[in-house]
Amino acid sequence: MADSGDRAREEFLSEAQEIVEGLGRDLLALDEGLRASRLDPSLINDVFRAVHTLKGLAGLFGATRMASLSHELEELLDKLRLGKVDLTAAVLDLLFRSVQLYGLILQAEKEGRDQVIPQVDELVRELHRNADGAAVASPTSSRYELDPSLLAVLTEYEEHRLRANIAQGLRLYRLRVQFQLATIDQALDELKAMAKPHGEIITYLPTGAGADADSIELDILMASAIPVDELRRALASGGVDLEEIPRRSSSGPSSLSQVELERSSPVYAPPPSGRVPSLAPPLHPDELIAGPKGELGTLRSVAQTVRVDIHKLDHLMNIVGELSIVRTSMARLVERLRAARIERDLAADVHRLQRTFERHLEAMQQGILEVRMVPLGQVFDKLARVVRQISREADKLVNLVITGAETEVDKLIVEELSDPLMHMMRNAIDHGIETRSEREAVGKPALGTIALNAFQKGNHVVIEIEDDGRGIDTTRLLEASVRRGVISPDDARSISRSEILTLIFIPGVSTKREVSETSGRGVGMDVVKTNISKLGGVIDVQSEAGIGTKMTVTLPITLAIISALVVMVEDRLFAIPLANVQEAVVLDPGAVRVIDGREVVTLRGSTLQLCRLARLFELESQATQPTTNGWPTSATSGAPGSVSNDARPAPRKTSTRQYVVVTAVGARRLGLVVGTLVGEQDVVIKALGPSLKGVRGFAGASELGDQRIALVIDAPSLVDELHAPGGERIRPLIASRGSHG
Amino acid sequence: MVRILLVEDSTAMRTYVRSALEGAPELNDDLEIVEAASGFDALRLLPRAAYDLVITDINMPDINGLELVRFVRQSERHREIPLLIISTQSSDRDRDRGLALGANWFLAKPFTPEALRHAVTQSLSGRSSQPGDAAGGRF
Repeated sequence: MADSGDRAREEFLSEAQEIVEGLGRDLLALDEGLRASRLDPSLINDVFRAVHTLKGLAGLFGATRMASLSHELEELLDKLRLGKVDLTAAVLDLLFRSVQLYGLILQAEKEGRDQVIPQVDELVRELHRNADGAAVASPTSSRYELDPSLLAVLTEYEEHRLRANIAQGLRLYRLRVQFQLATIDQALDELKAMAKPHGEIITYLPTGAGADADSIELDILMASAIPVDELRRALASGGVDLEEIPRRSSSGPSSLSQVELERSSPVYAPPPSGRVPSLAPPLHPDELIAGPKGELGTLRSVAQTVRVDIHKLDHLMNIVGELSIVRTSMARLVERLRAARIERDLAADVHRLQRTFERHLEAMQQGILEVRMVPLGQVFDKLARVVRQISREADKLVNLVITGAETEVDKLIVEELSDPLMHMMRNAIDHGIETRSEREAVGKPALGTIALNAFQKGNHVVIEIEDDGRGIDTTRLLEASVRRGVISPDDARSISRSEILTLIFIPGVSTKREVSETSGRGVGMDVVKTNISKLGGVIDVQSEAGIGTKMTVTLPITLAIISALVVMVEDRLFAIPLANVQEAVVLDPGAVRVIDGREVVTLRGSTLQLCRLARLFELESQATQPTTNGWPTSATSGAPGSVSNDARPAPRKTSTRQYVVVTAVGARRLGLVVGTLVGEQDVVIKALGPSLKGVRGFAGASELGDQRIALVIDAPSLVDELHAPGGERIRPLIASRGSHG
Repeated sequence: MVRILLVEDSTAMRTYVRSALEGAPELNDDLEIVEAASGFDALRLLPRAAYDLVITDINMPDINGLELVRFVRQSERHREIPLLIISTQSSDRDRDRGLALGANWFLAKPFTPEALRHAVTQSLSGRSSQPGDAAGGRF
């Protein structure tokens, strides 16, 4: 029971999360509808139902903050959907705020914090006041020849919609359809899509008649403005038997089947048999045949999906990682067996077996990766809410255009993306898009546009945020950087425009003179960049004065497992993510030149800056030099960075051949000089642990098999360090934040 | 052997009900709970087995719980099945309608596992809460 209770709670949290996300989407659609003066009543009902479900769940699971917020919201939404309160921009604001607060509450619930959240209390009070808002007059009634039993099964909302449609003078229709039970969902969706442009479906009523074990007959009550023939034509392909429900003549005698909607009271006390009069003709005897109990195995038709804790998938991925290690070791054994030229048949069999194992392991890895993938739309919806909120606060008109919301990325990456993207979005509105008057003054449309695009590119996902605002003022950016000592006045004179733009990623540099409400909260683009880098991603910026700014984030699709090039430097192993590797070439020592204090070679006509890893990591003299910068250099430090490979024979000191691994991050390249190329391998990256959190230059560590461990090079941060304008030529990679300034 | 059809669109709510009932000593005698995620799902599952009890939510998309109650009570084959409504009670209206349509019991959300077990055993033994009965399954 305790276990199932925990499971139920986990399910509650993830379902609540899903509901809140759906709520956000519905509110955006409502917002759009409100601005276009075209409100979809079913959308308001969806929002009501979402909050209603949240309230029910919160009550069961003792989530009191969520319960009280939901309770007040439900009151308000109930009035909205029943037409007692009008939906205005102010009401919508309250609803948007509640979505944000649900997020806070869910976070607190997940972390087991049960303190009061002041904003929630505040909103609850505000909603309470708001729910007493001016009531809108109820629609006037009209009389239709409706079966009372129909009214008895309408929920309050459905009854309201029926009244509202009648009040608008619309016609009522009864649609009779027969659906195959097996395909009912699809058939119903098709019918809904067909009916939607012509009116509103109020309810679906299974008649119990004309059905067999595989099909069902439904009466559908629909309101529409168009005449019966036209509606019949519109729904012709749906196999619908359609009939208009006649309006009661005003002088006609009242009968049992004529119901005054205004005061329709429910029909109490069913007849003794339990039968209720039907909208449909008299009920046929049920032809459904009872199966003996427990005999039918088809009862499990509900759950097509399961929710899985991402950590369970991580665990599976780790096992795949371990199996990859076994695979590598096995491949080596097979190689040795083949090289020994003994037992050839046996060797061939083992080889075949190993290939099969490899294939299945790859399929399994692919399968797990696919399960982890979620569409970016999840985070884009949040961004759309932020855009709405900030543009209102800043009094700017912004149109957000989203493409590629269906692009899929690892769930963990999506979670981590939301903060950086949110910040970039705030920047775009706050600093990018000009005020209406500024825009009009330079001949731009008053409505600013932010394009949010996502697409897949090989093993990467690219996300672009592009605004048509004022662009980044490079002159002021450069001035600010010099003033803050980020760059020397000398360097400032020779710096290129694209290099200036990268200065926005350095802590403490900002072009905005006064700190703004939204973006100037001490979190700058440097943090955005750090967060993106942690995900193995890179961020590029392009900007034209007066035209706009485009931020491009390139991310790996997953962090769970990566292909890497394993190299040896002195006697240490390092893994370089293949995603960053362009090629590897033999280093010709004679070709190395020194330009401006940096070692470079010319590779196919273009200059490539070199970085000798042995020198950078101070491995050249076997760690005899004490280090002054805290870089863990010797085995005595006990850090993973110093794991030695004593199981391996010492590298041949006689070999002087070295290789250049050309790494590329965005448009920038760097040649990493290494000793030997060991090979390509899929690796699972493990974090370095809290004690080494401040060490830059490494994305983590990885086990390679044979108890060997390799540090995984964080190529983007290396490239940054070594390309930093005006920075030291080769600077130690140990860094506490802010060492730039 | 007791077979229950549970009609509820919230997965977490279904899991809660399931764990409350599966942990009940008074019901544990070979209990089978069949889950339906919508009214249509219920219509699909109803003819496929004989049920001792149907537990249904009211506020569901497309076919609501009231319509399901009406359908069951009109059906030659299923009309004798006891019906228990579980729903958030915003007003008495839906509860009264549900009971008027022939549901045996109404239990307002949120409810404790004990309250649910009580309502289930009462419904299984054919007892009913009455329309307008303020105590109708509320604890």
